[in-house]
Amino acid sequence: MSDAVSSAAMHSIMRKQRLQDFIFHKVTMAFALTVLVVLVGIIISLIHGAIPALSHFGPAFITTVEWDPVNDNYGAAIAIVGTLVTSAIALLIAFPVSFGIALFLTEICPVWLRRPLGTAVELLAGVPSIIYGMWGLFVFAPMFGTYVQPLLKATLGQLPWIGVLFSGPTMGIGMVTAGLILAVMIIPFISSVMRDVFEIVPAVLKESAYGLGCTRWEVVRKIVLPYTKTGVVGGVMLGLGRALGETMAVTFVIGNANELSGSLFAPGNSIASTLANEFAEASTPLHVSSLYALALFLFVITFIVLSAAKLMLMGMSRKEGVK
Amino acid sequence: MINTNNPVYRRRLLVHRAGIALSVGAMAFGLIALLWILATLLVNGVGALSGSMFTATTPAPGSEGGGLWNAIFGSLLMVGLSTLVATPIGILAGIYLAEYGDDNKVAQVTRFVTDIMLSAPSIVIGLFVYALYVANLKHFSGFAGSLALSLIAIPVVVRATDNMLRLVPNSLLEAAYALGTPRWKVSTMVRLRAVKAGVVTGVLLAVARVSGETAPLLFTALNNQFFSADMNQPMANLPVVIYQFAMSPYDNWRALAWGGALLVTFSVLGLNILSRTVFAQNAPK
Repeated sequence: MSDAVSSAAMHSIMRKQRLQDFIFHKVTMAFALTVLVVLVGIIISLIHGAIPALSHFGPAFITTVEWDPVNDNYGAAIAIVGTLVTSAIALLIAFPVSFGIALFLTEICPVWLRRPLGTAVELLAGVPSIIYGMWGLFVFAPMFGTYVQPLLKATLGQLPWIGVLFSGPTMGIGMVTAGLILAVMIIPFISSVMRDVFEIVPAVLKESAYGLGCTRWEVVRKIVLPYTKTGVVGGVMLGLGRALGETMAVTFVIGNANELSGSLFAPGNSIASTLANEFAEASTPLHVSSLYALALFLFVITFIVLSAAKLMLMGMSRKEGVK
Repeated sequence: MINTNNPVYRRRLLVHRAGIALSVGAMAFGLIALLWILATLLVNGVGALSGSMFTATTPAPGSEGGGLWNAIFGSLLMVGLSTLVATPIGILAGIYLAEYGDDNKVAQVTRFVTDIMLSAPSIVIGLFVYALYVANLKHFSGFAGSLALSLIAIPVVVRATDNMLRLVPNSLLEAAYALGTPRWKVSTMVRLRAVKAGVVTGVLLAVARVSGETAPLLFTALNNQFFSADMNQPMANLPVVIYQFAMSPYDNWRALAWGGALLVTFSVLGLNILSRTVFAQNAPK
């Protein structure tokens, strides 16, 4: 008799718990879905805002080299080129430096120094973007314009073909300065990914190479780097994604000129800096809409770059499982 | 016995030494950049640190003195509110990913998107909140700023929670299940509790991340020259004040910008270090 009662009680408890679990599942799922909803919301709102400009200018919007709020005529080419050029400069500098830092922290550095030095590099990622901008504008750019740019102009500027890249007035601010500041900003992201992937290289592989008499550099260059190729490229793509969308630091040092120049010393504009400068003051609907279109391009480009980075890094972590 | 005068051997050694030297140089480059930035902030910012920075409000154009009290207060209020919003959402979403994410398409897509949103351009988030909130209500506000900051903080918390929860050993969970504990209880009272410190670290990192964000506030909270605790009005905040003051022609404004920059940077870096040391947790035992 008492058995039947307790089994009925147990069934009711189990039913209650099953209901609780069901609700728990759905509630947590709802919160997880907010992230997806935000992503879809961003894309929809950007497309919605961009439609007037895109339908007014047509596909030529992307290639038009003109951004003229006075005559209400807009094209995205200046901002897109500015974004791509500054990010390319940043990657060109950040990749070797990040590789050096990751190599130092995984292979060369004494173990007791790894944590403090690793933390110091990661703190570079914690410094707010606006601080990089202030430092870049008030400290780095004047110095760069006075000492480094004349030097570059006198050497690289004299070369045929690429000389034009290093010509023009040496003001300190401009595309190349923005690229340099971006490089410092993305170094911690790239080097941290590289460190992580370098650490998954099986010790056996490295020891075999050392056993054959390889130098440490040869081990890194011929064993570690080929083994972690996908991860390294993923890390670089992640840095690229960061550099493309970086706003405040670039806004401070890029010079905010809506023109395209052959020289890297010339001021320019990136998508993000155009948005930061003009969005709050945009007056005509077409101006606002063109800015939405720029934001849409930026978001789509970074989304693709970051997806590629993520996919590569996922492939890398699968390799870790195989080890 | 190796002949060390062998040209092949010497060339390899040379390449090795050059590589190592470059690597040390790269490390030095990173450290110099960090120290240079911190030194710049200290040199320019310490002069502005004074009692009045924390009591007086931002000065009008051309007037003497002034402080950053309204901006500090506004930043604290918006960051605080966004943390209150982002923490529960982020933790619950993280629980979902860790609990149900292994063989579930929706969860895998969410995890993927979270990782991308982590690095998505913050100015686009600001534009989104502008289109969603500010454009519809026709006024800038502290709430809009908090919303933008929450959207940036959520992926940070989700990612940290998910990563930490997945470190909890199965044996611990199985022990709880064996006692007849329902899943929601295991997951909140056993699994989440085991990685409490790690989740707190994630929240602190999210706070650090949003404290210095400027771009998303430009079109949402805007700025306010006066003290205001009304979240429905444009609200002063440190990053935007720093941006405007740094670019201004007034000496006292620029001094305040450096003071504010010093304050923001050292708070953010302090939070970063705090989360790495005090709440550092690798794997639960």
